[in-house]
Amino acid sequence: MRKLIDTNPQSVAGAKPAAGARGLVGSRAEHDSAWKHVRGQARYIDDLPEPDGMLHAAVGQSAQAHARIKSMDLSAVRTYPGVVAVLTVKDVPGHTDIGPVFPGDPVLADDIVEHIGQPLFAVAATSHRAARQAARLAKVEYEPLEKFLTAEQALEAQSFVRPMHQQLSGEPDKVLKEAPHRLQGQLYVGGQEHFYLEGQACLVEPTEDAGVHVHTSSQHPTEVQKLVAEVLDLPIHEVQVEVRRMGGGFGGKETQAAPLACIAALLARHTGRAIKYRMARQDDMVQTGKRHDFFTTYDIAFDDDGILQGADIMVAGRCGFSPDLSDAIVDRAMFHSDNAYSLGDARVTGHRCKTHTVSNTAYRGFGGPQGMMVIECAMDDIARHRGLDPLDLRKRNLYRPGRDTTHYGQVVEQHVLADLIEQLEASSDYRNRRVEIAEFNRDNPVLKRGLALTPVKFGISFTAQHLNQAGALVHIYTDGSILINHGGTEMGQGLYIKVAQVVASAFQVDLDKIKVSSTRTDKVPNTSPTAASSGSDLNGMAALDACEKIKARLVEFAAETYGVSTDEVRFADNQVIAGDKSVDWAEFVQSAYMARISLSSSGFYSTPKIHYDRATGKGRPFYYYANGAACAEVVLDTLTGEYRCTRVDILHDVGDSLNPAIDIGQIEGGFVQGMGWLTTEELVFNDDGRLLSNGPATYKIPAVSDAPPVFNVQLLKDSPNREATVFRSKAVGEPPFMLGMSVWSALRDAVASIADYRYSPPLDTPATPERVLNAVTATRQWVKEKDTAAAGAPATGEPVC
Amino acid sequence: MIEFYLNGRHRQLHSADPNLSILEWLRTDARLTGTKEGCASGDCGACTVAIGSPDAGRGGALRYDSVNACIAPLGSLHGRHLVTVDGLQQEQPHPVQKEMVECHGAQCGFCTPGIIMSLFALHTESAATGASADDKALLEALSGNLCRCTGYRPIIEAGRRAAAQTWEPAQGTEQQAKGDEIDLSGPAWLQASEMLATLGQIQERAAGLEDSEGRRYDAPTNIQALRQLRDQYPQARLVAGGTDLSLEITQFLKDLDHLISVANVDKLHEIREDKDGLYIGAAVSYREAEPLLSRRWPQFHAMIERLGSRQIRNRGTIGGNIGNASPIGDMPPALIALGAEVELDSVDGIRRMPLEEFFHDYKKTDLRPNEFIRGVWIPEPKADEQLYLYKISKRLDDDISAVLGAFWIKSDGERVADCRLAFGGMAAIPKRGPAAEAALRGQTWDISSVEAAVTALEGEFTPMSDVRGSSAYRMQVAGNLLRRALLESTHKDKKQPLMVTDYA
Repeated sequence: MRKLIDTNPQSVAGAKPAAGARGLVGSRAEHDSAWKHVRGQARYIDDLPEPDGMLHAAVGQSAQAHARIKSMDLSAVRTYPGVVAVLTVKDVPGHTDIGPVFPGDPVLADDIVEHIGQPLFAVAATSHRAARQAARLAKVEYEPLEKFLTAEQALEAQSFVRPMHQQLSGEPDKVLKEAPHRLQGQLYVGGQEHFYLEGQACLVEPTEDAGVHVHTSSQHPTEVQKLVAEVLDLPIHEVQVEVRRMGGGFGGKETQAAPLACIAALLARHTGRAIKYRMARQDDMVQTGKRHDFFTTYDIAFDDDGILQGADIMVAGRCGFSPDLSDAIVDRAMFHSDNAYSLGDARVTGHRCKTHTVSNTAYRGFGGPQGMMVIECAMDDIARHRGLDPLDLRKRNLYRPGRDTTHYGQVVEQHVLADLIEQLEASSDYRNRRVEIAEFNRDNPVLKRGLALTPVKFGISFTAQHLNQAGALVHIYTDGSILINHGGTEMGQGLYIKVAQVVASAFQVDLDKIKVSSTRTDKVPNTSPTAASSGSDLNGMAALDACEKIKARLVEFAAETYGVSTDEVRFADNQVIAGDKSVDWAEFVQSAYMARISLSSSGFYSTPKIHYDRATGKGRPFYYYANGAACAEVVLDTLTGEYRCTRVDILHDVGDSLNPAIDIGQIEGGFVQGMGWLTTEELVFNDDGRLLSNGPATYKIPAVSDAPPVFNVQLLKDSPNREATVFRSKAVGEPPFMLGMSVWSALRDAVASIADYRYSPPLDTPATPERVLNAVTATRQWVKEKDTAAAGAPATGEPVC
Repeated sequence: MIEFYLNGRHRQLHSADPNLSILEWLRTDARLTGTKEGCASGDCGACTVAIGSPDAGRGGALRYDSVNACIAPLGSLHGRHLVTVDGLQQEQPHPVQKEMVECHGAQCGFCTPGIIMSLFALHTESAATGASADDKALLEALSGNLCRCTGYRPIIEAGRRAAAQTWEPAQGTEQQAKGDEIDLSGPAWLQASEMLATLGQIQERAAGLEDSEGRRYDAPTNIQALRQLRDQYPQARLVAGGTDLSLEITQFLKDLDHLISVANVDKLHEIREDKDGLYIGAAVSYREAEPLLSRRWPQFHAMIERLGSRQIRNRGTIGGNIGNASPIGDMPPALIALGAEVELDSVDGIRRMPLEEFFHDYKKTDLRPNEFIRGVWIPEPKADEQLYLYKISKRLDDDISAVLGAFWIKSDGERVADCRLAFGGMAAIPKRGPAAEAALRGQTWDISSVEAAVTALEGEFTPMSDVRGSSAYRMQVAGNLLRRALLESTHKDKKQPLMVTDYA
């Protein structure tokens, strides 16, 4: 017999058991690639060794937003030095529509173009630069067609990518008519560029069977696999997709990575050579979808105390030219237009506006943030209308027992926010700071400070029910080391380390015995995207399921071998303990192997309890809710509109944390990204539909000085998930993003101080310095008119939103 | 040929396309892929490397600056030591690496190599100069490094902790090369004497690169050679730091046929502090110029700290900022307000003119085809003069101004004896507002004269609307900046913060 590997001599039987396995669930384990990150050794797509003869891809882009292509002369492209192949849609052997859910996304344009930047043809050349230079040389004649660029224009023209949807509970019209107070308002909520630091990229290698092996930076390898198979007209098993890591995703690589892979695969098929398609930053910003901007309105009824009685809310998302994921994104905006508050009788209407702009897509929060902004705007407006502190109004309107059913019929079962807000209100010293800020604002001639504490309640689960499933594959080798593969992808969020911790905990072995390998469609098939904050919920449970299957066999083996009952077998401290015997893990694994026990298993998980009926607009779309709150303070300059966020306190509910260090990283990072969305990140299109903010010189994500100088982030203690999630944890990827709303609310608070909080200034997002200055100007104008009116006839004090 | 050191090893390049950036060369030719491309426009910092240049002030020891490799021309490496993250892979990690791991400062990891190199450069320079890397220095060092995942808090924490540590082994004999084996642990190799001696010799030689297509890069070392080259090749493009010019190559995909670098010309690094004024050579970087300017007008400190990022300030030059004739600046409006003069040089001789006359129209200047900018002269401040300098942009770090206001006011006690009000972002060129100046001149410095000046501004500027701000916003802000100047001068004693940057 071939000798088995030596087990670690320090842990032979008889040695003192370790103090407990290291790195289990709940520990602050560092990211599995942390050392590779800091040494520049972590490989992203563009760092992979390049196969011999590899070519680089680029595409020619539409110069018009909506037009018929009259002619396309590619001769200068074909003859450019270094160019090896130029393909158009006519060269596609299989499907030409790569819409991920609904049709509408041509892989290369055919006849009609529907946004500036749309791919017209694909080029393969010997260098990245040559491919890009050549792609600019096409001579295209267009016949312009009528175009819509904004959600409002599309609404007016009734131009939609999908039908509208409505959720109705009670009799909102009646309540609105009869209630003692009623306010109406509107808010434009801007979009957002993902600005993952690693741009979209893939490397496609032809296989010996006319198939392809695809290395891609994608959150959804299975979808890449399916679409590549379809465009190449191959069975899915001829396409292997592999994702080791992404340099950031944030939703931008859920559907948006597939078109690159399809184009690269077509070029690989055509040339027989490996193809790398890496988008330059500007191309990435122009060609790939972003967060939807929304036009929203509200009409809300409330009583003297500001308690909501009824609401009529409309959200209209700018979807761009195709459906992509917009149906579910606008749904999620609707689901979250209550945020944490009981609306009373409510109607929520969602429109999916078709515009001739790039097709907008998933982005952290998936429409939820935009929906929440409507109600948070209303909360501030109602508070000022009633002369209340906005925090008091928010607290009064939280879901609570008795007022716990959402406008889509789901009952909020775990009421976390009331206590959480109390704690944060105290730890952030909210009340004293209010007083101190009011004094400051009275005295300072230029600067105004503002404060806001806003909650987040975010529904966890894909609203497309079938996506709530996951698979995993766990192997134990004869040295006791364990390899896991699962359907989730690593984009920096720490999924791999969390799942490794789950497996370490399942077997009670040290974390360094566990390795998570790259995500591959040939190991775990038919996976869901790593999205909707579901990564560790789904894949952690699938991995746990695989571990439990192996453990069942090991327990039975141990019981037989050591002559004990199965209840007397347990796993602890890198040992297997059977009755009064304890055996080192690796040694035990070797004996199980010798006894021909399978040390490998797949695992599977599907989320229970969830359902939603679109016909009635009712159901339980979410397994549970994640909760948090943030208190933000800002200071702004009333002469220029410039501002800073000076202090942020956050308390967030992650259930029982799988890894507090990773979770706090998600919360801090999500918060700052959310703040960027609502402040400096402005997408500017010109009248032709061309994106002007198409690079980091013009599109400003938060930089280091934007991090709040005082930034206290805590996890809510003793708040296990009531649902049976993986080790009672809660999802953390998206919910903290919306904590950034507190900054926007604080900016409005600072501006409102000019009118002694009697006026709620309009402040569309992003609240750039220009928009803030406009809000200041509007507020001063209001004060001036009031003063004039007060000097003359007495005025009725209706604030305007 | 160009010669340089890469992670402690001597390199020679005989032929290369001068349009190549250091980053492209690293990733494609050298296949060192630790350094990442995030934007190729010098705005994200993922490609940050540290470049050591012999520093005369330190007896020829190398000063390590963080640099955006994506917009630094390959030829600019001549006579330098390029340190990339690939050089920091030893078992005993650098303190910034250890702390970034322990503080969970990397999530997706793509920006991390750039952050490591920015922190490495700060750590190395702090150790060399004995300066303490406080939070202010830390934020400044990271101002050009975007991270989309972490929200920066753990990165700042890592930088703080690393600042208190030395890179071990801290001392020891100089790390010697044993054959090809170079010991890169600890800081000693960064100042290896053999390397310093070789770099010193390399620096004295003019550098040149040429590729098979005949594209050229010339880097003369003396002014006569520069004059000759400029005269012979008036079509060639002049390059100093390359922070602006490189965008034509990386963003507009132009292949430039001929670059003439002014960066190695000793005369263009000249700094003269005369009685009547300060002379700054055209190739002096913002980083070098900042303390000279701030000593005279402290307002420059806050403004230059917001001009580009640390990486840009390490490379960008005053001469380049004038030469590229951006409508915004930020230096030209400030220099115009101060009455600065620009010095132009060519085989035909040297001439000097007021800086404001140098700018004719959008990207059009008085520079003749065979000329180059040699330097700028700024009159010394006097007791009765005040400078107000305000940069307004969407983001505090590394953002191009929507408006820059620079106001020089000479007072005779009660009245405005003279003034220059210059703006960036308000016209096709950096421009003064003569009508607004006239409204102030001879008047009391108070709200009524300022309001008159604001009204005058509205008559003499019609700013454009673009991605950085609307015309109306620019106009409103320009006026408000004058109001702010008044407020600043009258509220001085109340100790109230008047700028959001007071909360930095």
